[in-house]
Amino acid sequence: MAAMNMIQSINSALDVMLARDPKVLIFGEDVGYFGGVFRATDKLQEKHGLKRCFDAPISEGGIIATAIGMGAYGLRPVPEIQFADYILPAFDQLVSEAARLRYRSGGEFWAPITVRSPYGGGIFGGQTHSQSPEAIFAHITGLKTVIPSNPYDAKGLLIASIECNDPVIFLEPKRLYNGPFDGRHDQEVKSWAGHEHAEVPEGHYTVPLGKAAVVREGEAATVLAYGTMVHVALAGIEDSGIDAELIDLRSIVPLDIDTIIESVKKTGRCVILHEASRYGGFGGELSALVQERCFYWLEAPVERVAGWDTPYPHAFEWDYFPGPKRLVNALNKVMQD
Amino acid sequence: MSNRAKLSLYVPEPNARPGEQPSFDHLEIPAAGAVRCPDIGAPEHELRDLPYTLIRVLDEQDAAVGPWNPKLSTDRMIKGLRAMMLTRAFDDRLFRAHRQGKTSFYMKSTGEEAIGAAQSLALDQGDMSFPTYRVLSWLMARDYPLTDLVNQIFNNAKDPLQGRQLPILYSARDYGFYSLSGNVGSRFGHAVGWAMASAYSEDDKIALAYIGEGTTAEGDFHEALTFASVYHAPVVLCVTNNQWAISSFAGIAGAEETTFAAKAIGYGIPGLRVDGNDFLAVWAATQWAAERARSNRGATLIELFTYRAEGHSTSDDPTKYRPADEASTWPLGDPVERLKRHLIATGVWDEEKHASLASELDIAVRAAVKEAEKIGTLGKSKPPIEQMFEDVFEEHDWRLVEQLREVRD
Ligand SMILES: Cc1ncc(C[n+]2csc(CCOP(=O)(O)OP(=O)(O)O)c2C)c(N)n1
Ligand SMILES: [Mg+2]
Repeated sequence: MAAMNMIQSINSALDVMLARDPKVLIFGEDVGYFGGVFRATDKLQEKHGLKRCFDAPISEGGIIATAIGMGAYGLRPVPEIQFADYILPAFDQLVSEAARLRYRSGGEFWAPITVRSPYGGGIFGGQTHSQSPEAIFAHITGLKTVIPSNPYDAKGLLIASIECNDPVIFLEPKRLYNGPFDGRHDQEVKSWAGHEHAEVPEGHYTVPLGKAAVVREGEAATVLAYGTMVHVALAGIEDSGIDAELIDLRSIVPLDIDTIIESVKKTGRCVILHEASRYGGFGGELSALVQERCFYWLEAPVERVAGWDTPYPHAFEWDYFPGPKRLVNALNKVMQD
Repeated sequence: MSNRAKLSLYVPEPNARPGEQPSFDHLEIPAAGAVRCPDIGAPEHELRDLPYTLIRVLDEQDAAVGPWNPKLSTDRMIKGLRAMMLTRAFDDRLFRAHRQGKTSFYMKSTGEEAIGAAQSLALDQGDMSFPTYRVLSWLMARDYPLTDLVNQIFNNAKDPLQGRQLPILYSARDYGFYSLSGNVGSRFGHAVGWAMASAYSEDDKIALAYIGEGTTAEGDFHEALTFASVYHAPVVLCVTNNQWAISSFAGIAGAEETTFAAKAIGYGIPGLRVDGNDFLAVWAATQWAAERARSNRGATLIELFTYRAEGHSTSDDPTKYRPADEASTWPLGDPVERLKRHLIATGVWDEEKHASLASELDIAVRAAVKEAEKIGTLGKSKPPIEQMFEDVFEEHDWRLVEQLREVRD
């Protein structure tokens, strides 16, 4: 075991997989000699060689297209897209190609690629370094979408993603790279040091895709969250004084529906928290699933707390970012009904 | 496996990394004045030598020489010099403001100031540029109010973009400066569409677009060239080749195999390769391409060969991936120095005038920062909260009405 922040644990996952499997290779903008703008691939080129971890041209469509070709050949590419906001130029490759290659070729070809990308706000990154695009991937059948919330999960989920034969979008909450940010932006920045999930095994292990974690047990209401919002939810639950259960989904496709249903049937109340815009966000799907499967157990309508339906506005970072206070309001609301 | 030779994967690498001796010896740099200047009516197939050379006007003795010399008036050159110096003074001051916590982000264009300054002055009012984040000198050459720039950078109550954009991603329609976005490359095709619209409307305006050499890898670049070629769009398409794209050297964008100007050949449009640190050469090439566009002869691709003398942005430390002294070995010098020396050599300028202009500009920048600080720096002052919801649509729909109400509570 070693104490790691989330960047270090992601770096460790990549390091372990490069050493274990010669079919694994990494490429992306600035990931080679420099080691990535967030340092996730630091020293990997030096350690494993130029052709295992190298710089790519600034062409997200090209990066994903070539990764798919490599994957179809039999390699396990782990391309990095520098910011999740810049996945969009590669969208057609992901939707029309990666997601459907196995299906349309009757199983002759498939694309075992893991697309790593930092996402989310809270860093004053403005409109194009802050977005949370997970719902648009969840909508595409054939793609898996994984979102860790701590260093231990990040490494285990990333290794599981790389070993998975389906295409995986691996979204890294960049505001969590260096510490467990809980949305209290006016307080001192916390680091991962001493956090129970920052103790990370140095070798190989996996955290299975599609298995949620119950972060906090409770009886009064269920809070569903992932990524940075897991920490915001903990803070909001604490502030509310309500005995809520908190579930960290860890992956939204595959989704651990059983854990969600079990919890909502127990509590009878549900609040969904995500950073992405509300309308058409993944909260809509979660809300529908809960309603379809737990209708007779529900004591109150399902509440959603999310980013507003605007682009991510630089000056209004903390007005946009759904912080603990908004969760408290939503929890109070479901408890009143 | 057959007994054929094994393949191997090639990955380009720059010739020097930190701790190694930087060298630009591999560059072929023709003497100033050496490259021919064809008639603007020349057909593309007679121009195919131009993408492989380098158009230069200012020589080693600081004289303006050769067929590309635009023979500018002293006034115009001093205006250009002023815009470049103002850009540099502003960059230095605002970079420091970031270090002092007054804003979240900043990017400099040090070493590349000649490009925006010359092109802004060479084009007409009413023409539209589609900038990158590294052509602040375009706005400086057109006297955009300094305080408004700082207000945008501070995202304060007087920010002309209402706090919605990352610092320096300006928009200034009246100054021929199209809205910037954080995504690189995505406006290159807009310039072509704008130019096609001007032609469709039988107007006389043209467009000019910028893209970094690294970003030529995006599909946007190739799509724009295709449309520009097919429809003979009246547009000047510029690649600012500053040798680096964050930590990736130009070889990662294909520079080991050919020049960026030569990409034009495949699309059947003229390609010019120009010393981007030579104000007069940039002016002349731009004027040539602009006249060609205005006379309905279509698009030109210009590679502006330059060097990013400092880090990519406030988030970057270039000594991590290139030799710390690489900038000082760049063989094409500094654009401000070169124009200054030319003006001195022609007898219209001197060190004293230069120093007094520098201090005048420094005072202007300080005053603008002070004025903006009075309104507030990032987080200390911001536009009214309604501005978060304005302009999503022309008129709010019910979601935004409800959400504004909720955010106010
Ligand atoms: C679509 C997209 N991909 C990636 C990025 C991240 N990024 C910002 S600037 C940059 C480098 C651009 O290099 P270049 O085009 O050479 O322009 P320069 O910064 O040198 O002026 C990258 C990769 C981005 N902003 N947009
Ligand atoms: Mg560049």
